[in-house]
Order: sequence, then structure tokens, then C-alpha cells
Amino acid sequence: MANAYQLKRADFVFRNENDYEKILSKTLKRDKQDIINELISSELKGRGGAGFPTGLKWKLTSESKSEEKYVICNADEGEPGTFKDREILSKVPYKVLTAMAVCGHVIGAKKGFIYLRGEYKFLQKELNKAIEEFKYFCNEIKLDFDIEIFMGSGAYICGEETALMESMEGKRGEPRNKPPFPTTDGYMGKPTVINNVETLAHTFTIFKYGAKKFYDLGVQYSRGTKLFSVSGDTPKPGIYELELGMSLQDFVYEFGDGDTKAVQVGGASGFLVPRKKFKDAAIGFKGKLTGISLPTGGSMMLFNSSRSMFNVLDNYLEFFREESCGQCTPCRVGCQQLLLGIKAVKRGDKPASYLEKLMRLTETMQYTAKCGLGQSVANSFSSIVGNFREEMIY
Amino acid sequence: MNPTQSLIKDLAEKYGRKRENLLPILQGVVKQEKYLSEYSMVEIAREIDIPAAEVYGTATFYSFLEAKKMGKYVIRVCRTITCAMKGKTQVIFAIQDMLKIKIGETTPDGRFSLLETNCLGWCHKAPAMLINDEVYTDLTPEKVREILSAYMKKNHL
Repeated sequence: MANAYQLKRADFVFRNENDYEKILSKTLKRDKQDIINELISSELKGRGGAGFPTGLKWKLTSESKSEEKYVICNADEGEPGTFKDREILSKVPYKVLTAMAVCGHVIGAKKGFIYLRGEYKFLQKELNKAIEEFKYFCNEIKLDFDIEIFMGSGAYICGEETALMESMEGKRGEPRNKPPFPTTDGYMGKPTVINNVETLAHTFTIFKYGAKKFYDLGVQYSRGTKLFSVSGDTPKPGIYELELGMSLQDFVYEFGDGDTKAVQVGGASGFLVPRKKFKDAAIGFKGKLTGISLPTGGSMMLFNSSRSMFNVLDNYLEFFREESCGQCTPCRVGCQQLLLGIKAVKRGDKPASYLEKLMRLTETMQYTAKCGLGQSVANSFSSIVGNFREEMIY
Repeated sequence: MNPTQSLIKDLAEKYGRKRENLLPILQGVVKQEKYLSEYSMVEIAREIDIPAAEVYGTATFYSFLEAKKMGKYVIRVCRTITCAMKGKTQVIFAIQDMLKIKIGETTPDGRFSLLETNCLGWCHKAPAMLINDEVYTDLTPEKVREILSAYMKKNHL
């Protein structure tokens, strides 16, 4: 079929950062409220997957009263199928550092951390060099802001913001109850802004070109561009910056291998969309007026007809079972039972109707699990079992 | 003072003796000794003055902080979906065949350990693996044999 629609490619995130010193100096001279208002009007939402409005996060933290505050860059990129943050930190680190410094200035923090996942330790040396050079410039312009790297040690759950803070405090990476939120009680109980790497990189674009430029891209409720990590059965895997709001059908025209059976949007904790629903699914945050709207941290995994959806689900559940922190029962026991359950159905030890029981278990997890990990297992489970039931049984 | 004690003392001097310095200290010990022995965990607890059970509880939470003695080169092959689809099983067979160890084991000479790990973030160049902190991507059985041969030729322990 002819390519009726071209995906809207963009090139902001990886555009050169040579002017970071100018952008930093220029932005620091502005009124703090003005910077916050600009971020709010850009409608930038968190690019880690949850989609919280970035300007609002900075505003709330700036209003929290405390002598000590922190800025954290979340580089614990662990969602299966995501690899964009690694690329940002290796190609345009100064954008991220600049954004952290501006954030520190706005909220009143003098200290920033980059929580870098253990799997990306090879980035540490180069990143430290960039930090040293950045600090030198901060000294020159008399900006009191320090940044250091905190290394993770291989735990997916530490990408959850409060688990990450627990980990930085030297504890098991177990998510906290919310509220209170990090905007008032973050790292060491102090008000903290924690943003995904990509979110910070987008704020640089906004500081440089203004909110309108960003707002004009994308669609209603899903403004701007987003990096997509494309992998699986595709002739061109890699990282692509695209405007939000595209239909999955258009995405598959561009990236599919002509035999795409389903696409997993948002990694193992996201949704699997089968071919027949491609044209109804749009990539963006909730609130879009038509069709199914799928928020995403940018993980797009394509599967062609040679893939068994049972194997895919089995792989995800193995992943969740191992990465569940074990703190709350619905997630700890739920992940184990789901995995045992689908295997039992496949072997024929349990009837096909047992799948419905497992679906109800994922619903329970959705309502009762403490954090996003346990709550989102239902997404992939119900979308895979719901759309490919026969593959689970036979 | 034995080597472990002085290592821990040095790390505590470098990072600090507060609870929030625990992870860097644990990582420092693993880097040097390749794992966290019970002895080193007790010593860390003593050094920063927290219960040993807290150190143990924290350390065992993280998959890169091994509580079992590892080889000089720890091979971690990604087992998550894209790598699984793109042939990580063949890669693992090739490694097992070459090193004569199974997943979770260490070669008798203490040089190599083989582990599976969750998503390494190289799905567009799958399958991928880490050898210590070094990344290897687009693996095939041939490629992995070449990589391992190069490691095997490196000077002995």
C-alpha cells in the first residue's frame, strides 16, 4: 500500500548543543516565574512514560519551603525496548546538565544528581568529563550548582521515582507510598524535582526556541516531539524523533517489515496492539478526542507473524517476576501466579477458562499494587491474552 | 588490618559513613573483590555503624551486587524480549560450549562467570551482552567466539 501519510520527523533533541553556555546564561537572567510559565505553556509532559506536566512539577517544588532541595535526572532507563536516554547522555549531555542547572535555579536547589543505571556504567567516564567542564562554566558565571553521578546497580524498579530515592539513600529500592510526593518529600525528605533524561533535554529546546515552537508540534494534549526507540521485527531499528499524535498504522507503514502482526507500545508495562487495531490507535497522552490513545516512554517493539505471542508474554512475566521489588503482596505473588498460570494453561493442566481468572488477578493488581510496576502488568497481560487468546491455549 | 578491611575503610573515607553512602561502598567492594562476602558485609556494617542485616538486605536487592564469588570477567547476556527474539539462546550456547559452564556458573580457573540479565538497553542492536562494564552488540555465535577468544588470550589472573 502506498505511503499515504508521512510521519512527522523532527530534529530537536540531537541538534547540536554548542550554544549551551549562551542558553544557560540567557535563561538564568530571566524571572523564575517566567521560566515556569513558559514550561507550563509549552505543555511539556514527562517523557519517562507517566506524563506528568513538567512545568507544574517545577512550580510545585519551587513553592515548597525548604533550605535544601534537589534536582535528579532519572537515567535508570530499564523499560524493555527503551534506549533513547543512553543516546541523549552520550550525544548531547550538556543539554541535560543545562536543564538541571536551570531547574536548580528555579526551585532553589544547589545540588543535582544523575541516577545512572548500572548497565550504562560505560557512560560514566565521558559524562563525568562533561560535568567537570560544565561545573567550570558554572563557576565562571557564579552559579552555585553542583552535579554528580549516582550509579545504580541493576534494578528496574529504581526507575520508579521514589524507589530511586530510596536507592540513593542507601536502601532497598522499594517504592514509597504517595502522597507525599517528591515535590515536598523527595530525596532525604527534601523537596525534589525528578525528571527523565529526555524531559530535561526537551526543556533545553524550549529555553532555546521558546514554548510556542514546541507547542506547535504534536496534537492536542500531546504537544511536542518524542524520541521513539524502535526495535524488534523492523528493517530499521534505532532512535527516531517524531511528533506526538501519529497513528500506529502510519508508524507501521514506516517501520514495519510488511508482515507486522502486533506492536508493543510502551515496553513490557505498556500495551500490545494487534494489526486490526493499528488504525484506531494513536500515540499520545490520554485526552485525545478520537480512538485509543497510548501513552508511551517511547518503546516501540514490532512483532511479525513468525512470533508466538505466548513466548512474548512469557518473557514479560519472567521479567516482572524478577523485577518486582517484593514489597507488596499483589505484585510479588501476582507476577509469580500469572507466570505459573499461563504455563499451566499452555501445558493443558488448567482449562482455557483459567485465563479469565488470571485476567481478574491482573485487575486486582491494577487496583491494589503499590506502584506502577504491579499496576501496569495488567496492560500487557490483558492486551496480549485478550487479542491472542488462541495462542495462549494451543 | 586485612585487605578487605582496608578497602572498606578507604571506600568509607572516600564516600562518607552515612547510610546514603552505602551503595557506592558496596559497588566499590564488588569492583575489587568481585562479590560481597558475608565477611565484607559485616565489616561494612561495622564501618558505617548500621546493622549487618540492613547491609545484607540492601545488597541482595540489587542484581549487580553479587553475594556469590564471581569470575574476573562477568558475562551478562540480555534475555529480554528483543534479544530473545534475535538469537540470545544461540549466543548463550556458544558461550557455554566454549567455557564449559552453565548459566550461573564460574569457570574453575575463576576467570569467567556466565549470567543472564534483564534488558540492557541495546534492543536495536540485539542480541547484546556485557562483559564487566563493556558492551557487545549485534552478537552471533561466531562473533561471541571471537570476543571470548580475545579475553582468553589476555594475561592470566
